[in-house]
Amino acid sequence: MAETITLEVQRYNPEKDTEPGLQTYEVPLKKEWVVLDALNYVKDKVDGSLSFRWSCRMGICGSCGMMVNGEPKLTCATFLTDYAPGTVRVEPLKHFPVLRDLVVDITDFLAKLSRAKPWLIRKQEKPLAEGEYLQTPEQLDAFKQFSMCINCLLCYAACPVYGLDPLFSGPAAIALAQRYNMDSRDQGAAQRLDILSHSDGIWGCTFVGECTEVCPKHVDPAGAIQQYKLTATTEWFKSMLMPWRGE
Amino acid sequence: MAIPTYYPPRAYRTRVSTYWWLRSWPYLRFILRELSSISVAWFVLVTLLQLGALHRGPAEYARFGEWLRSPLMIAGNAVALFFLLFHAITWFNLAPKAMAVRIRGKRVPPLFITVPNYIAWLAASLFVAFVLLRG
Amino acid sequence: MELMLDISSHDLLIIGGGGAGLRAAIAASEVFPNLNIGIVSKVYPMRSHTVSAEGGAAGAIRSDDSLDEHAYDTISGGDWLCDQDAVEAFVKEAPEELLRLEHWGCPWNREPDGHIAVRPFGGMKKMRTWFAADKTGFHMLHTLFQTCLKHSAITRYDEYFATKLLVEEGRVQGCIALELMSGKLQAITAKAVILTTGGCGRVFRFTTNASIKTGDGMSLAYRAGAPLKDMEFIQYHPTGLPFTGILITEAVRSEGGYLLNKDGYRYLQDYNLGTPQPKPVLRSMELGPRDRLSQAFVKEVEKGRAVEGPYGPVVHLDLRHLGERIINTKLPFVRELCLKYENIDPVTELVPVRPVAHYMMGGVDTDINGATPLAGLYAAGEVACVSINGANRLGSNSLPELLVFGARAGVHAGRFALEQKSPGRHLLTQALDEEALIRRQFLPKTGRRERISAIREQMQKIMEDGAGIYRSGASLTEAAGKLRELQERFPNIALDDQSQAFNTELISAFELSSMLDVAETMVHCALNRCESRGAHQRTDFPARNDEKFLAHSLATRKADGTPQVSYSPVTITRWPPAERVYGK
Repeated sequence: MAETITLEVQRYNPEKDTEPGLQTYEVPLKKEWVVLDALNYVKDKVDGSLSFRWSCRMGICGSCGMMVNGEPKLTCATFLTDYAPGTVRVEPLKHFPVLRDLVVDITDFLAKLSRAKPWLIRKQEKPLAEGEYLQTPEQLDAFKQFSMCINCLLCYAACPVYGLDPLFSGPAAIALAQRYNMDSRDQGAAQRLDILSHSDGIWGCTFVGECTEVCPKHVDPAGAIQQYKLTATTEWFKSMLMPWRGE
Repeated sequence: MAIPTYYPPRAYRTRVSTYWWLRSWPYLRFILRELSSISVAWFVLVTLLQLGALHRGPAEYARFGEWLRSPLMIAGNAVALFFLLFHAITWFNLAPKAMAVRIRGKRVPPLFITVPNYIAWLAASLFVAFVLLRG
Repeated sequence: MELMLDISSHDLLIIGGGGAGLRAAIAASEVFPNLNIGIVSKVYPMRSHTVSAEGGAAGAIRSDDSLDEHAYDTISGGDWLCDQDAVEAFVKEAPEELLRLEHWGCPWNREPDGHIAVRPFGGMKKMRTWFAADKTGFHMLHTLFQTCLKHSAITRYDEYFATKLLVEEGRVQGCIALELMSGKLQAITAKAVILTTGGCGRVFRFTTNASIKTGDGMSLAYRAGAPLKDMEFIQYHPTGLPFTGILITEAVRSEGGYLLNKDGYRYLQDYNLGTPQPKPVLRSMELGPRDRLSQAFVKEVEKGRAVEGPYGPVVHLDLRHLGERIINTKLPFVRELCLKYENIDPVTELVPVRPVAHYMMGGVDTDINGATPLAGLYAAGEVACVSINGANRLGSNSLPELLVFGARAGVHAGRFALEQKSPGRHLLTQALDEEALIRRQFLPKTGRRERISAIREQMQKIMEDGAGIYRSGASLTEAAGKLRELQERFPNIALDDQSQAFNTELISAFELSSMLDVAETMVHCALNRCESRGAHQRTDFPARNDEKFLAHSLATRKADGTPQVSYSPVTITRWPPAERVYGK
């Protein structure tokens, strides 16, 4: 194995640069090193001004999503050896405004997440004294997959619809809405449907399917959105055929 | 939950290239699937014209048949058929994502949704072939 | 770099957006709907370290279990250094809190009939650990965060780093925070402040803790004049991956994994931990108590029988004899972690492991309601020391702790805030002073040459050598001296990054400064405690000494910046000190 590997990192400093450029670093190539370790090596030993986000280094906090050789990846789970020999190009997540070097602005996602009402909605809250809402393992299994989203936003970077139309709610936000819709304890599906069944919501999705491919937690947002479309259509037909059903 | 006002620095926005769909095979495959709708429209149009010709009598229908046999039409239809097959196959493969069928609390495996689609397709094709080739 | 200053104001300010902070915010918002609440967090709340907790959350609910048994397990596990009134409140409220999270949507694992499922956990004598697969902390944090989104009275300051608490008239009245995105300073005034910033595992080189766990809140409180309690007690986990600190669960050993030294010898047999059997035996060999395993590792290193790896000495965890089928069915998550994050396949390779720092029992001194001795300042979660963890925390107590005491702190701080007048007038002066200080401290670069990473690595080495699993008077005295030197070198750090927008190097400098403070309190508390208790093992004082040290250490900051250690009594209600029976 070669001793080092070349890292090409996108740099951007809003105070100095009009547009981003690539900077090259030679970093040690080690079997257990991931792209994030290489970035930390640069920050600690070579150039302290390189900015990026990271925290847990075990694929659960969702901070370190970046583009590695053009593909959205969690850099804590992407080994350098997979790219050797050759260069590793690290860029900020696509489709988001770049704040600095590898750091992108995700406030848009948080606003969209809030709008999708990702919390349990009940018509009537059950008092704590009456114990838990019963839920069988099968009912748990019905939404479990969608609850695994770590908000790493790789799916937004993979979604051309979001790239072309920043108003699109996007894969993770819709998947999380669906996570609560599918939860047997939740009664808020109608409220969320009103919000998400418009052109910027589920109908914005053209089913490219790449969000599911890049998801590190196998959440399958593409599936969530298509299933949501099916529900929305069924609800629409029901309301047309049986207008007396009402709210 | 409110977010306080802030003074964002000049964030850099990258514009998505017009040719983004040439960047990777999955994107290209998606665009081809979308384009295949033109082929569907084409087949609908041909069928409507055929019905119109039928309505206007045998002579008109024969001329229509003649037109269909022209090399240009055969080539065009071959391309359209390719796109339709492409559309059908990619769509059937995606079907399990859209349909989350659960039997006794367990989600049925993707093949259980894909395979019946293909079987139904095959059955329909065989029926059409039987009707056409009977005489 | 030019710093700007902006001002905002809340009734209640929470610093730290993890489990405890979010729980505190929701509690305050629900009990006092008119309260205007702010949460400052240096990362987006869902990135907080609560997310990494795997095992579960203890809360006694089964008919064969009782609150007293949970309390006793906690107190004996903590080697009688827990405040028993706090433990009693904790065990009573833990099941309620866990249930509340269920009502908010937390996907707890279930019994076939739909009730909550509980499982056994090390140190707990009954099954009382609630779990959401092997990602309990992740699900708890996301449930709290998503529930928080519906509360409009809560304002988030995401990616703001708190640099200083504002104190006026002996009362904490807000903080100064640096907005990462813009580099702007924000003076945030409040009538009460809750610290929920988590622990400080990053003062050690080998730790399961995420990079963000740098003791910021502890140091904020310490500098503002609040004492830090029981800082000498750091829990180790015996089997972490050396490079990443990723924790390899006990389950690996209960399935029959072997711990081997460099000769391929199951060395635990040399440490009174039983005789090696091919099949795992409860409480013997690899299934011995966590701290005994960690201690055996240190001895093995001393004997020169550990394996020398690229990141220092390790021992090997051998799973190969279990075979691929067992590993895939019983330990899939472990295999995934090894393969995905450290490029090792336990089916064919030996897994290098070593003890790693895992949890801080000590923290900001608080009472049972989260109040610190400093008026207006509250703390909850790992940053605080209530103390329910005593000298050694029991597995699966930390998640319910952040709920119970997060909620308590939220309610009590909320009530305190409503009783206060508007913040004082001199706060703005303090904010301007802080701005000038930051400018002086970190800029300009000329004439300075210390690198942040160099000082950080030296601090971690000092802590590992001097205040690790085993300590002695000599090692601690040496460590204290060396830490002082680092404190003196710190003002000479040179920042490569002189820009405002997202200057993570500046944040690293703040974090390092916090860690140096926290490390000093750890070393001084450890030096003064001349006994061995729970996680604090002194080679020169190997026995517990209840006569002198059945007491909490309190470290306060002296004018020269060094810690002064004093003691306060432990609250004993119903369980007089006895010998620890298991899981020392």
